[in-house]
Amino acid sequence: MPALLEIDRLKIDARGDDDGLTPIVKGVSFSVKRGEVVALIGESGSGKTTIALSALGYAKPGLEFTGGEVRLDGRDVISMPPNEQRALRGRRVAYLAQSAAATFNPALTIGEQVTESPVLHGQLSREQADLRAEELYRALELPDPDRLGKRYPHQVSGGQLQRLMAAMALCGKPDLLILDEPTTALDVTTQIEVLKAFKSVIRQEGSAAIYVTHDLSVVAQIADHIVVLYAGDVQEHGTADKVINRPSHDYTRRLMAAVRPPPAAGQGDESSDAHERDAPALEVRSVTAGYGKGRNGAPSLKVLRDINVAVQRGHTVGVIGESGCGKSTLARVMSGLLPASEGEVLLDGDRLQPSLHQRDRGELQKVQFVFQMADTALNPRQRIDHILGRPIEFYLGLKGAEKRKRIGELLHMVELPPEFAGRYPEELSGGQKQRVNLARALAASPEVLLCDEVISALDTIVGANVIELLKRLRKQTGVSFVFISHDLSTIASFADEIVVLYAGRVVEQGPTDRVLSPPYHPYTRLLISSVPELRIGWLEEAMETQEAKAGIDRVVKLTEIGCPFFDRCPLAVEGTCDREDPPIRRLGEGHAIECHRSEREFMH
Amino acid sequence: MTETTGKTGAAAQFEELPDAPPRRRLQLSWTGKLGVCVVVFWAAIVVAGPTIAPYHEADILDEALFVVPGSDNPYPDTDYQPPSRVVYLGSDYLGRDTLSRTLFGARTTIGISLASTLLAYLVGVTLGIAAAVGGATLDTVLSRINDAFLSMPTIMLGLVVIAAIGSTIPILIMLTGLIYATSVFRIARALGLDVMVSDFVEAARVRGEGLWWIITREILPNVAMPMATDFGLRFVYVILFISSLSFLGLGVQPPQSDWGSMVRENLSGLPYGSIAPLVPALAIATLTIAINLIVDDVSAHAGGKLARRMI
Amino acid sequence: MLLHAMLRRIAVGIATLLVVSVLIFIGTSVLPGDVANIILGQMATPESLAALRAKLGLDQPAHVRYFFWLGNLMTGDLGVSKAGSGFGTIGTPISEMLVPRMWNTIRLAGVVAAVAVPLSMALGLLAAMYPGTRLDRIVTFTTLGLISVPEFLVATFLVLVVAVYLGWLPATAYMSGNETGWQLVKALAMPTLTLVIVASSQIMRMTRATVLNVMSSPYIEMAILKGVPRQRIILRHALFNAIGPIVNVVALNLAYLVSGVVIVETIFAYPGLAKLMIDAVQTRDLPLVQACAMIFCATYIVLIFIADMASILSNPRLRHPK
Repeated sequence: MPALLEIDRLKIDARGDDDGLTPIVKGVSFSVKRGEVVALIGESGSGKTTIALSALGYAKPGLEFTGGEVRLDGRDVISMPPNEQRALRGRRVAYLAQSAAATFNPALTIGEQVTESPVLHGQLSREQADLRAEELYRALELPDPDRLGKRYPHQVSGGQLQRLMAAMALCGKPDLLILDEPTTALDVTTQIEVLKAFKSVIRQEGSAAIYVTHDLSVVAQIADHIVVLYAGDVQEHGTADKVINRPSHDYTRRLMAAVRPPPAAGQGDESSDAHERDAPALEVRSVTAGYGKGRNGAPSLKVLRDINVAVQRGHTVGVIGESGCGKSTLARVMSGLLPASEGEVLLDGDRLQPSLHQRDRGELQKVQFVFQMADTALNPRQRIDHILGRPIEFYLGLKGAEKRKRIGELLHMVELPPEFAGRYPEELSGGQKQRVNLARALAASPEVLLCDEVISALDTIVGANVIELLKRLRKQTGVSFVFISHDLSTIASFADEIVVLYAGRVVEQGPTDRVLSPPYHPYTRLLISSVPELRIGWLEEAMETQEAKAGIDRVVKLTEIGCPFFDRCPLAVEGTCDREDPPIRRLGEGHAIECHRSEREFMH
Repeated sequence: MTETTGKTGAAAQFEELPDAPPRRRLQLSWTGKLGVCVVVFWAAIVVAGPTIAPYHEADILDEALFVVPGSDNPYPDTDYQPPSRVVYLGSDYLGRDTLSRTLFGARTTIGISLASTLLAYLVGVTLGIAAAVGGATLDTVLSRINDAFLSMPTIMLGLVVIAAIGSTIPILIMLTGLIYATSVFRIARALGLDVMVSDFVEAARVRGEGLWWIITREILPNVAMPMATDFGLRFVYVILFISSLSFLGLGVQPPQSDWGSMVRENLSGLPYGSIAPLVPALAIATLTIAINLIVDDVSAHAGGKLARRMI
Repeated sequence: MLLHAMLRRIAVGIATLLVVSVLIFIGTSVLPGDVANIILGQMATPESLAALRAKLGLDQPAHVRYFFWLGNLMTGDLGVSKAGSGFGTIGTPISEMLVPRMWNTIRLAGVVAAVAVPLSMALGLLAAMYPGTRLDRIVTFTTLGLISVPEFLVATFLVLVVAVYLGWLPATAYMSGNETGWQLVKALAMPTLTLVIVASSQIMRMTRATVLNVMSSPYIEMAILKGVPRQRIILRHALFNAIGPIVNVVALNLAYLVSGVVIVETIFAYPGLAKLMIDAVQTRDLPLVQACAMIFCATYIVLIFIADMASILSNPRLRHPK
């Protein structure tokens, strides 16, 4: 049987302002058979999305096809006249974008958008299309399928929207699906559900698919074939089994090495006790914080409720939780950006003023914040030497040659060449900017570094390098870290202690090895079991577990009383968990779990 | 690109891909370049106009200049003369040289407009940034007052004030500057609020920087570019406004020449085919269109290519 | 949520209107020259001036006069003319002087809006649908030229071409207020034409820019990738999201047609509100100035309020809360 789609020596160039051409895709060839899922894997700039879009005969603005063919059933879609391309898009080849929130038109109903393509192409009447959409909503396990079509995109959750996009793509029964990082923006517990839905619906419909992603673990669950891309060239191409279990190319091996193993006990670095003193470097006690002004000084939206966390000198505390759990808010409270409404923050055992303005310069110096997005955290109008020089001058009072020397040392510390001092942020790559961002925090010679999702915007390899750098810096400087992430694998490999946040509550905390081994809080267990493993067949196994069935894809609710995890918890006790605040069960060595269930009942 | 130094050989081959192009230089299209040429031309006239003008702006030309050799009429008309070697662009309703008046008028019109726009910026940016960084109460008060001023039709406000207190050049500049400060305020405030919530301002705040540092080092450099584009547009509006006031006889007072009043004075010449009202009109149009061409070009450049190409 | 947004808007509108009234009152109070002086002119003696001031209520402190004025304004009593301008004389109720002028202004603004709004939105959309084509270039460049030249130039050239060279229409309007049929059309034609050109350029440019801006959003790319035809992308996907800014610029232009057309009224001698206000200023007829100013500002605030409402209503986030 001939291939459904053949990409043949495809070349795509970007046209610059000066009309010069820069190659983006440099002669890529591969093919997709009917019913087969081919994964395109690569990091940003590898051209994976550009190649995938060529199957629709589409190039993003600024890009041009400069060579090769993309044949669908033997016909070149690039050279087709525009009206034929339009007839093909949505009907024979359908596209699923990375961010459903951005790709759904906010002004139109979900139903209209899902059924638009088949109705316009004359494949289905409006009534038939509505029925087909409803059928797909059911297949994708979306809630309330008979009325979902009347709703607007902002009225459903992110995970649901992502699945609705699959419905939109599948509505016209296309022969080929293009999935562009469809689960990247989702929380792990949501991702697993969406992945499962995609996988089963692709099998059911028998359509072929191109799955674009940077995440090898996800690829392992869904692809038959894998094409590894780097800088617009194919590095390796083979069956999923071969590429994952017996990679032959250096780059593939490097990618695999950068994938952190699934979280388990015993991955963290040995923490040195050499720096330890009596008082923790930084501590928050019974902190409640939130946004807006409510009655008698309490925030109208409480994001954190009664939080206790201590960061020992020289230790790294990892804070894990899904979007909306309050982990960034915790960092903001520690730094003083957001004054806590109740409770206190202590530095070296001394009480800190809640608000930034009341803290003195020495206190500010000791706690430094590293922002998540280096792109926005560096002032685009300041040169790197100004960015790094300011804290040196501000806190340490160094000027002139001394300051320049220190800037050189800092750049060396974060492994950047000294000539970067004269550059502007936009001349740097994402990883380099993140290094500058780190160097700026280090410039203050702090005692505690608050790192808010510092690698989540970076490519796998680059992110792994930054983690290595952080580990080295920790050894060199003895700085304490508060490391905030949504990625349990990263935290498991970096933190000495873990704090698990859920809906503004600490549900479990303790040394890394204790938290990552039984007994678990049910939520910790769900988190651990949701992290995809680089192993074919993992998805099916994971979906069989009890917590996956119970806790998938629910909206996280902030509650005033009871356990916030109640409605997702497989062990929930009706009448107790939703009515009473759970007790804190201390299990020794600083390991604590907040749950109504006793130690014996926790899942092992 | 050196991502890390201490890497193994196999890893070193696959550096992070460069995602940051070198800093782009502003490249204008041919319309933008044309705009720049015209603006530079008028700037030169502002500087050199009165020096190169053949006559003074208030000179009523002598009849003797227009005597045609061999003609026996010693008293020819001096008003609305067609272009000739004596008056290159003809004469106006009083028999003054249109070219000279246009050259002198450039300084008046452009000078007053520029001074007004600068004043509008001084007031508007100061208050706008103050509203953006100064907390909710100050912001509400300033914004409400500004809304009230914005709701008044600009030309009526100008006319009322001038009718009441008279028209001198300082009054004209003050009035125009304050009227246009309202729209500058709105833009400066919006841009300031945008930058105020950015991570790098937060980084400066968490470092403990004072308000003055944040305003001068973090906010102002980042609003400068969009404000510069807006300055161009605002300047055009001010030129049109001043010209309109003059056209109504409430702007620059005679005998000083200014493009708006020149159009008004010489309207009666239109039916006779005099170009006296057309020359200043053309001067205004070329200048304002040129500025708009530049602004359009710069904003298209900033807005990216997406808008230019689709489907 | 929707109701909340509306109430908030109304409250802001009323607050702004109050601030406006204070500003107008202060502004008109500091106008030099005083009515008593102007009325009495040469015959003024200190005694007669004082007597007239007392009669006109000018001897009260400012805040008393303000609240008195505001109270009257709320009950619809605009006061009587203190100098007489337009068709009125001293003592003519302001409302009587305003009504005919208001009718003229509304008639002109209405005709202009009826022509300009659909025309310019259609052309702006067409330009946005075919960017970079000849049609787009012509529209972009013409409107750029038109917004760059003063209104009086447009008017002057129209007079030159239509009235002087072609002789089709009278150059000035000179309305007595009881024109009908053909006469009325002829009187309105030139001012309408001028204002249509001026207002259309603004709306056209804004429509084009807004739609093109929306065209670069991901959901438009998605529509392209679903094979949706261009017309439908513009009319169904883009226009709905561009409504807010477009309605706003239309509202601004309508406000301008009511209050900012003094140049056109002057050139064509069209008896509208703006001209009345200028006359009132020159004769120091404070109640009339205040009334006109309040009308202008209120028009602006009401139109902007309507525009805000339209963009709130076009936003499904507010129309259909979670």
